[in-house]
Order: sequence, then structure tokens, then C-alpha cells
Amino acid sequence: MNDKQLQLSKQKQITPKLIRDVRERAIEFLLFLAAFSCVATTVEILFILISESVAFFEKVSIVKFLTDTQWTPLFSDAHYGILPLASGTFVTTMVALLVAIPLGTISAIYLSEFADNRLREWIKPCLELLAGIPTVVYGYFALVFVTPLLQKFFPELSGSNMLSAGLVMGIMIIPYISSVSEDAMRAVPVQLREGSYAMGATRLETALRVVFPAAISGISAAYILGISRAVGETMVVAIAAGLQPNLTLNPMEPAATITAYIVQVSLGDLPHGSIGYQTIFAAGLTLVLITLVLNIAGHFLSKRYREIY
Amino acid sequence: MVEKTTNSMSESIAVKPKAEVNNLNFYYGSVQVLKNINLALASKRVTALIGPSGCGKTTLLRCFNRMHDLYPGNRYEGEIILDTDGINILSRRVDPIEVRMRISMVFQKPNPFPKSIYENVAYGLRVRNESRRNVIDEKVEKALRGAALWDEVKDRLKDQAYNLSGGQQQRLCIARSLATEPEIILFDEPTSAIDPIATMSIEELIEDLTQQVTILIVTHSMQQAARVSEFTAFMYMGEIVEFDDTKTIFTNPSKKQTEDYVKGKFG
Repeated sequence: MNDKQLQLSKQKQITPKLIRDVRERAIEFLLFLAAFSCVATTVEILFILISESVAFFEKVSIVKFLTDTQWTPLFSDAHYGILPLASGTFVTTMVALLVAIPLGTISAIYLSEFADNRLREWIKPCLELLAGIPTVVYGYFALVFVTPLLQKFFPELSGSNMLSAGLVMGIMIIPYISSVSEDAMRAVPVQLREGSYAMGATRLETALRVVFPAAISGISAAYILGISRAVGETMVVAIAAGLQPNLTLNPMEPAATITAYIVQVSLGDLPHGSIGYQTIFAAGLTLVLITLVLNIAGHFLSKRYREIY
Repeated sequence: MVEKTTNSMSESIAVKPKAEVNNLNFYYGSVQVLKNINLALASKRVTALIGPSGCGKTTLLRCFNRMHDLYPGNRYEGEIILDTDGINILSRRVDPIEVRMRISMVFQKPNPFPKSIYENVAYGLRVRNESRRNVIDEKVEKALRGAALWDEVKDRLKDQAYNLSGGQQQRLCIARSLATEPEIILFDEPTSAIDPIATMSIEELIEDLTQQVTILIVTHSMQQAARVSEFTAFMYMGEIVEFDDTKTIFTNPSKKQTEDYVKGKFG
């Protein structure tokens, strides 16, 4: 074979390089599909939510939806005001955060700055176990344990109430807040801590004045994550907070949240395409918008406070 | 008192010692890192520690403010006496926080806190429970002037410290350590992470500071030791090989090892 023939035959042959390239491309494509499936699902969900909501808002004006103080879509005298549901979500979330943010932050500071390694290895899995308990168990815990306990102090408290649901939800999201906050604080470089100690600061002063502010972007991300969890939580509030829409800011009263309404109505036998059916999507879209706003806020917060070490 | 260190020292030092290290041994767990260290820091002078990597110079520096106490398994033997009042820094009965209140430190990499320029300098004062606004204002300004940074930052004291350049950040850290009026400042290779021009300004600053404070500096650069210090200790394998006038160490050392090191034959 002379040189020219050799080159020709090479072009026709399946060279190892060709096989390698094809294989790489194929794998890359598979990986892309896997990643794209998440995006596609999100887009599809949003599409369905929006298209069904549009149908809903053709029958009910947005102004009515946002300002009416009653939510009675299945009654003969139907009202479609999201406020009673939104207030339920707001109150239960606030109660949960009042529990979870202080406790979660304090445990994160303790674990990151004070606990020695052996103790941390014990406490962390225990805390993370809290996150592994099914939410329905938390719901029952709120209904059959926390509510009766609270009724000893507040005898007028009704069997379903936002206070006990919120408290239990708060305990439920402690691990989310403490774990992410602790990671953020542990990522603060040791030189910053040493700089503080070298100025004569104590451990507590170092933790509160240097490490905590240095980690604030990660910590605020943890808070946002906790808020999103609380807003989206369903089982606990459906079981323990009651299912009647109730426009109130008093946590002692029963009320339905947006999520609780969705689960309640979804389980029923509403005819496809009816306005009652469409309320689910309008409520769902509201929920998505709330968490979206929270996530965007979280993104900007962490950018605003990001520290360059 | 100074005679305890080396013989050649006694004649050359006409100044008072500020602190004396006597028979110091230091262990990381069971590993002995410092062996029988004897050293005197001359008051309001710069003393440099030089030597190859791993010779224990930073370990020795960090004994002076008990930084080793932050980590478990470290052990000191011997003493470091502060001549002001005769306390032994290393004694278990002495609170390391007390020590750090009197002896401050500037680190290798600038490590300003995630706070404003003003709050960085005020940090040590706040830790000491100083809350009088006018006192803090005054001391912050004095420290920033002392660190030759005041003119550059006086109009933006509320800015984040991270917006400063590397050299400015290091001067800010020096201002931070000056603000509490320490008796000794420890410098741990303060210019190894910054550019040559900023290095020059830090070196000038260190020379100026000798008016007010005793300085111990660890440096990798022999030229730096020669430029800024009045006394130099050459360390090797956890021991002080030679301690003398900087000039003597660099021009006429008495030990062969020191001569080899300063001439660049090893290290």
C-alpha cells in the first residue's frame, strides 16, 4: 500500500477515535435529557397551572380573587377570595418561623462554634432524623399531643388551631435551618476566627460578631428555605389546623391554608372543568408565586450579603 | 537579664527587654516542635525570626498570644515572662484572653472581618466593652493614622473592608491590632500575600511603629528581616541556632549554619 491508499482506507475505517466520539456524544445527550427532564416538568406544571387559572380568571375577576374576604367556592353562594386561605398560610408560617429560626440558628451556632467533634457527630444525625419523619406523623403529633397540651394552658383553644400546627411545623423545619446555617458558618475561614481570638475576643463574641455576620448569606438562604418549606407544608396544617377558610390573624383559631384547601378539594369528586375544579389551580398558582418571590428574594439577599473571604 | 540569651547579645543590647522566653518547649501532641528556646524581645524594637519552612518560627510566634490554646493536644513547657509586670504568659493560671488583650497579632493573609472599615478597627475596643462613642472615634482615627491608612479611608469609614486592596486590608489589620494599644505586636509573615509596593509600605510602617510598641516578626524573606529588624533569631529544626544584632547575623554570624542560610545555601 502506498501512502495515498493508506489514507483512503483510514477514512473509511471505524477508528477508535470515531467510536470514542460517538460514545461521548451519546452520553452527553443522555445527560442533557436527564437534566432537561427537570426543566420540562417545571415548565409543564407551570403551563397547566397557568392555563387552568386563566380559565378560572375568565369567570372570576382578579380583583375579586384578591380582595374578597370569603372563600366558599363550593357553596351555592360562591365567593372566591384567596385572603382567608392566604391568612391561614401566613399565620401558620409565622408561628413556625418563630420556633424554627431562633432554635435553628442557636443550634447551628452551637454545633459549628461550640460543640466538640464527638458531640457534633451525635447531634447532627439526630437533628437530621427530625427531617426524616413523615409529615403526616407530625400532623398527628400536633393534633393528638400538642393541641391537648396547649389546651391545658388555654382552655378555650379549639381542637383544630393554627398555633399547634405552626409550632409543630416549626420543629419540623429546624433541621433545614440548622443544617444549612451550620454549613455556612463552618465554611467561614479559620483565619477570620483566629483574627477575632487574637483581638482578645471570647468564643461567644467570635461566634456572634465575626462568624455569624460572615456567614449571613448562607444563613439567610437557610431561612428562605425554611419559609418555603413552611408555606408549602400540607399534611400538618390539613390535619391539625382545621379545614375551614377563616380570615384571621389569631393563631388560636382554626383556619385552612392554601395547601390544605388544595388537598381537601383534590380528594373530592369535582367535575373536570368546573369552576370548583379550577379553584385548585388558582390556589396552586398563588402558592407557586409566593415561593417564587421568596426564592428570588433569597437569591438577592445572598448576593447582597455575599462575603469574599 | 538579657545575658540569659546569648553572650554576644549582652553587649549589643543596651535597651530594656520587653519579654523573655526561658527554656520554652512546645509539643503538638507527642511531637516536640520547639526545643529549649531562649530569647529576649527588646522593648520598642523589632525582633525578627528567620529560618527555613517548618523550623518552628510561626509556632514560636503563636506561643506569645497563646493561639495554640485554641486547638486541643498542644502543650507548653517553660515560660515567657512579660517584663512589665513579671507575669508568665504561658502559665495555666493566666487567662489566654488576658494575654491577647495585651499582645496583638497581624496574620499572614489579610483577614479583615466582614464589617465596615470603622468597625474592623473598633473591634478590639468593643470586645473590651468600650462603648463611649467619642473614645472609639478617637482611637479608631489614631489607629488608622498609625497604620498610614487614615488619608485613604477617612471619607469612607462606613465602606465594607473587603472593598480595600490587599495592601490596604493588611494595613487595616495592623490598625485593628494597634487600636487597643498593645504592648507587643506579633507579625506572622505579614507581606507574604501582598504585592511588592504594598510590601514596601508595610515595612516602612513597621519601622515607624517601633516608636510605640515592641514587635516580633516572622518572615520568609531575609532581606525583609535585614531591612526592618534590629535583632534577628535564626531558627532551625525547632531550635534557635543564633540570636544577635541583625547586622551581625547577616554580616558576621558566629555559626556556620547561620552563615549558610543567610548566604542562601539552603532553606
